[in-house]
Amino acid sequence: MALLSFERKYRVPGGTLVGGNLFDFWVGPFFVGFFGVTTFFFAALGTMLIFYGAAMGPTWNPWLISINPPDVKLGLGFAPMLHGGLWQIITFCAIGAFVSWALREVEICRKLGIGLHVPFAFGVAIFAYVTLTVIRPILMGAWGYAFPYGIFSHLDWVSNTGYTYGNFHYNPFHMIAVSLFFTNALALALHGGLILSAANPPKGQLMKTPDHEDTFFRDLIGYSVGTLGIHRVGMLLALNAVFFSALCIVVSGTIWFDQWVDWWNWWLNLPIFANVHGGVNG
Amino acid sequence: MAEYQNFFTQVQVTAAPEMGMVEGVELENRTKGASYSTLLGWIGNAQLGPIYLGTFGVISMACGLIWFMIIGGWFWHLAGYNPAVFLRDLFWMSLEPPAPEWGLRIPPMDQGGLFLVAGFFFLISLWTWWIRTYLRAEALGLGKHVSWAFAAALWLVMVLGLIRPVLMGHWSEAVPYGIFPHLDWTNLFSLTYGNLFYNPFHALSIAFLYGSALLFAMHGATILSVTRLGGDRELEQIIDRGTASERAALFWRWTMGFNATMEGIHRWAWWFAVLVPITGGIGILLTGTVVDNWYVWAQDHGYAPLQ
Repeated sequence: MALLSFERKYRVPGGTLVGGNLFDFWVGPFFVGFFGVTTFFFAALGTMLIFYGAAMGPTWNPWLISINPPDVKLGLGFAPMLHGGLWQIITFCAIGAFVSWALREVEICRKLGIGLHVPFAFGVAIFAYVTLTVIRPILMGAWGYAFPYGIFSHLDWVSNTGYTYGNFHYNPFHMIAVSLFFTNALALALHGGLILSAANPPKGQLMKTPDHEDTFFRDLIGYSVGTLGIHRVGMLLALNAVFFSALCIVVSGTIWFDQWVDWWNWWLNLPIFANVHGGVNG
Repeated sequence: MAEYQNFFTQVQVTAAPEMGMVEGVELENRTKGASYSTLLGWIGNAQLGPIYLGTFGVISMACGLIWFMIIGGWFWHLAGYNPAVFLRDLFWMSLEPPAPEWGLRIPPMDQGGLFLVAGFFFLISLWTWWIRTYLRAEALGLGKHVSWAFAAALWLVMVLGLIRPVLMGHWSEAVPYGIFPHLDWTNLFSLTYGNLFYNPFHALSIAFLYGSALLFAMHGATILSVTRLGGDRELEQIIDRGTASERAALFWRWTMGFNATMEGIHRWAWWFAVLVPITGGIGILLTGTVVDNWYVWAQDHGYAPLQ
């Protein structure tokens, strides 16, 4: 694997958190490090167990292969291998691999002398995964409430879990999460489009500048967040979308048990208008 | 290492506002003043304004306001002109499209006619705004990438409110205007057509939506982590690569064996974001017109169990 033309001068020792110089090397383009070894261990073991589970299961159709968590009746105990035990070990491996990957990113940031924003952002994604597979099942008292590892089986889980609480769109945190996801896609399209439009002007024209970017957005909507600000906005939108997604599911079945549509009754019951006739709810 | 971490602007400098590049812009349409917001300045630029008005901008904003006021006025009517009821029921209220028996005809105002009138103004507002994005880019000598991205979003809006209702032969297929009512519509749409999760275009749209969040988290975080080295000056970095770009690229190369370039990451970003409404619109358009039940369709095509 060839090095990039400028890469050699950056390949310096140091920055590791664990292991000193022992694992401070590259394999092809990949930095290894202590956490590269642990990432590989967990990822390889977890993947092999998924294939083992698939081999023991009823189908090799890749859309339908599913590694299911234990039955709810088992509670929080250890399950037999083919009845949720595989799911438990695979989940352990997944968390081990994700956390190792994040710590390996920290080592790379330290080696390059750059900020820790990427591993922090990845940490939010890990938090969301752990919320779904560990925190919420523990709060509800059974591993069986976690989602299965399969392409369409996890979609069925989302569908069934959603309808357990009626129309899940009425979950206020779900509303916030969806709004943030949509806004994030909008902001990403605008940012990508703006940079490309300045770097790729009509034929025969010179490339444009950040001042043109600011001017375009001020002309268009009266405000330009700026070259630095857009990256803060994007990161905040993306991370909050993930955070509120985790929040909307962790409260369902732990502190809210009814239909989400009924959650809004507190608003209808406010004394200032609870008994007024007319309208939709009067 | 604390000096590497960039999240808020700690010192805000205020000078005379920047009134913008001129190029081919007709300056009489640009407002003359600008103000500052310290709150905005913590995250991005503190400067608010100026803004360009111009024919299509004014038409768009006027039609958008009319659309909004028609819906609000209808809600006010539903509330019996009682502010307490209006406030209480705001999220529950709906301006509904015409009932199915009206087909594609125009019913009286209180039976869906008003919905069509509001939709007409919405349509004019959106497309004049699209023209505005094109003309503002043209006047400044920019590419039209923002316009084409916006057109992708309009494709989804057109499918939901115009193209699919016309193909189905009923205005009643359109999405109602209202907070909870449009959520009910979404829920019912999935149930009616046999679980939308089995619609492959729905799956693609969600994958691009989550992918957009992943990409913006990765890109935003990467740039913030190299701002100490000038990484936020992306256009300069595209043509004159500095150590910020090199470290940003090497971070991903060492992490996952692959890196984008400073320009390429914005192409990834643009395509991921644009494909959300493009694939989503295709999925909606096929539903009820070509495919009646996505679960049965999935069984026919080997990705749902036959039972």
